[in-house]
Amino acid sequence: MTRPIPGLNVAPAAFRDGPMPRSRVGAADWRRAAEALGQGAATLMSLWASEGEVHMALHDAAAGRIGILSLPVPEGRFPSVAGHHPPAQRLERTIADLHGLQPQGADDVRPWLDHGHWEIAHPLGAAAAAVPRLPYVFLPVEGESLHQVPVGPVHAGIIEPGHFRFTAQGETLVRLEARLGYVHKGVDALMRGATLERGAELAGRVSGDSTVAYVWAFAQAAEAALELAPPPRAQWLRLVMAELERLANHLGDIGAICNDASFAMMQAQCSVLREQVLRASAACFGHRMLRDRIVPGGVTADLDAAGVAVLRGLLDLIGGRFPGLVTLYDETASLQDRTVGTGTLANALARRFGAGGFVGRASGRDFDVRRDLPYAPYDMQPPAVPLRSEGDVNARVWIRIHEIEASVALIRTALDRLPGGAVRAELLAPAGEVEGLGLVEGFRGDVLAWLRLAADGSIARCHLRDPSWFQWPLLEAAVEGNIIADFPLCNKSFNCSYSGHDL
Amino acid sequence: MELIQGLLVQGVQMLLVLVLAPGLVGLVRKVKARLTRRRGASLLQPYRDILRLMRKEVVLAENASWLFRVAPYAIFAATWVAAALVPSFATGLQFSWTADLIAIVALLGSARFFLALAGMDVGTAFGGIGASREVMIGAFAEPAMLLTVFTLALVAGSTQLSVVAAFMASPEVGLRVSLGLALVALVIVAIAENARIPVDNPATHLELTMVHEAMVLEYSGRHLAMIEIAAALKLLLYVALVGCVFLPWGMAAPGSGLAAHLVGLAAFLAKLAGGAVLLAVFETAIAKMRVFRVPDFLGAALMLGLLGTLLLFVSRSL
Repeated sequence: MTRPIPGLNVAPAAFRDGPMPRSRVGAADWRRAAEALGQGAATLMSLWASEGEVHMALHDAAAGRIGILSLPVPEGRFPSVAGHHPPAQRLERTIADLHGLQPQGADDVRPWLDHGHWEIAHPLGAAAAAVPRLPYVFLPVEGESLHQVPVGPVHAGIIEPGHFRFTAQGETLVRLEARLGYVHKGVDALMRGATLERGAELAGRVSGDSTVAYVWAFAQAAEAALELAPPPRAQWLRLVMAELERLANHLGDIGAICNDASFAMMQAQCSVLREQVLRASAACFGHRMLRDRIVPGGVTADLDAAGVAVLRGLLDLIGGRFPGLVTLYDETASLQDRTVGTGTLANALARRFGAGGFVGRASGRDFDVRRDLPYAPYDMQPPAVPLRSEGDVNARVWIRIHEIEASVALIRTALDRLPGGAVRAELLAPAGEVEGLGLVEGFRGDVLAWLRLAADGSIARCHLRDPSWFQWPLLEAAVEGNIIADFPLCNKSFNCSYSGHDL
Repeated sequence: MELIQGLLVQGVQMLLVLVLAPGLVGLVRKVKARLTRRRGASLLQPYRDILRLMRKEVVLAENASWLFRVAPYAIFAATWVAAALVPSFATGLQFSWTADLIAIVALLGSARFFLALAGMDVGTAFGGIGASREVMIGAFAEPAMLLTVFTLALVAGSTQLSVVAAFMASPEVGLRVSLGLALVALVIVAIAENARIPVDNPATHLELTMVHEAMVLEYSGRHLAMIEIAAALKLLLYVALVGCVFLPWGMAAPGSGLAAHLVGLAAFLAKLAGGAVLLAVFETAIAKMRVFRVPDFLGAALMLGLLGTLLLFVSRSL
């Protein structure tokens, strides 16, 4: 058995309540950690860089411990993690694009976010004038009678931009390669030097459908760094908001998946329920998507008795209508014919990539931040976590269905247990340079926020990692061997974020 | 006098199908919208769309050949002629004696041929995908259609639609198993030919799943308008065909007066509306099938047509 990875020993309780420690390691330990990742001894949670250092966040699922390793990179090079552990690949290419730090021993050194249209190269590192780039080369595919189908970045539907390069043999997909980065907006650079208030606004705009999850993760990181506990009422209100967001997104997704199989009835019915969730959110908290409702220190909107009644009415509505829709989904043979067995993701791949959310849970990866790395108030009220192992579109739909049921139960409990008191605590100035980590279960999976505050309270570096980083590559694996016409169905069942990924 | 009336009826028929076709599409969309709890666009929306497209400029790909520019008109012309040959409100159309059911199948086949060529002409990936899927569907749909035609011809003793309709309206037709099989086969072919769910989805925005829409993605302006009208005419043709063969009641006989023709018109409108509602209900209740299931679906139509023909031979020889 290999020696334990240094630093991978932080219990949830420790990083939830205080600054997140980091282990500074040398190149040898860094490489050993990468090898351990490759052997499946731990899960990669994120990989990012800051001034003169690269950082790796790891999770040991068996022990329930996490850790951050940091490697100084004075010469602008670091041993590649992706060489041992492919899930790190796109994160490394991003580090090379944004910071100009080169991974040594990586198989793939093509740029990722930088499409050659930026005015400067390495905007977060030693910013230099951009150099002209060669055209992006897609991975080669060899074989008889193959043809390529380029799709996007502009799509016929109203979705985010991304380019998909399909190689097909007749109708059968041989390879899919995605190219993302079309919605790069420089969030990391905007965060540098921003105040915490501004940072929370930015975090809430990273991925619009997960604004609650992002800003909660950001707030967690800030509160951990400042060792500040938000009032209990604020914690429970955050839970209500997060579960409302999950409800809205899952309802929308289930309808959209069925619509991609041309079964418009499900979408019509689910859209009605989703709209009710959004309207209830607007009535209770003042914003349909609940943007800017959470801030470091608490929440900005309180729930009055009328709001509680609105939410109870919403839960009764969903509880009354949703089971009928589930039956409709389950008993429409033509629809089942499309979803069962389509886009199967192997359990081993989901585990290796640390796929979060319904993607992982539909492929046998039993992980939910709310239960496994608990944070308030889920430590008092852990959710029921559904699990399936088939890994197909149908399994991902069923995980969503069960999560809707679990969210309804959670909101009911929260409304019953909602404590009184203040909803926002005063922020204190940091004692010096401090760091914190936030981990929140968004509807797609675990959203990670790592924050370093300067002594004056401004943001020195903020790293936000969307669950989609580890789900996009799995989509490419899941569609292999399916037919081209089933790609939209598979894609919608993953529903990865473009914006959250491109930052 | 008879010739003049025949020509008049034929002329009215040609205009009628052209005028009614977009409305039929509008009605299907409206019913589908109501079924999925939406208000839906006005029945006139397809007319407005065509008018808008006619006024817009045509954007052509740089490498588009003459074929790409000619194809929409050829498709429109072939489909229009085919639609004008199916008796709608009156039998005894003037052109009916020069063109029969087999000619209709051939005209639609030519339109499909041009559409598939045009889809591949510009060389985009979607055009090629759409064309290959369309030709695959056509390869299964056309034999099924022809077998259905044979069944009808064996029963009625002619491939002339006017004769078939007159025979079907007469009491001597009786209840025949073969005709039931032919009806089901014809409906399946009609669904596939008109790119409806579960074979294709006319409302989808997903490029990768399209069949008909993928082929016409590169078209714009009046070219697209021609193709849209042709698609609407094709839908009307099939509804009229089912109505003419299996519900021939109310159609004006040759030489009858104005009142009979008005009754025929009302009956035709009722048949169209009924067809539109049934199509919309069917499309709402079912999801689209995988591309590779389409041959099974159309294979069923082919087998039904074959069974219908065989049953007739067997029953004759007894």
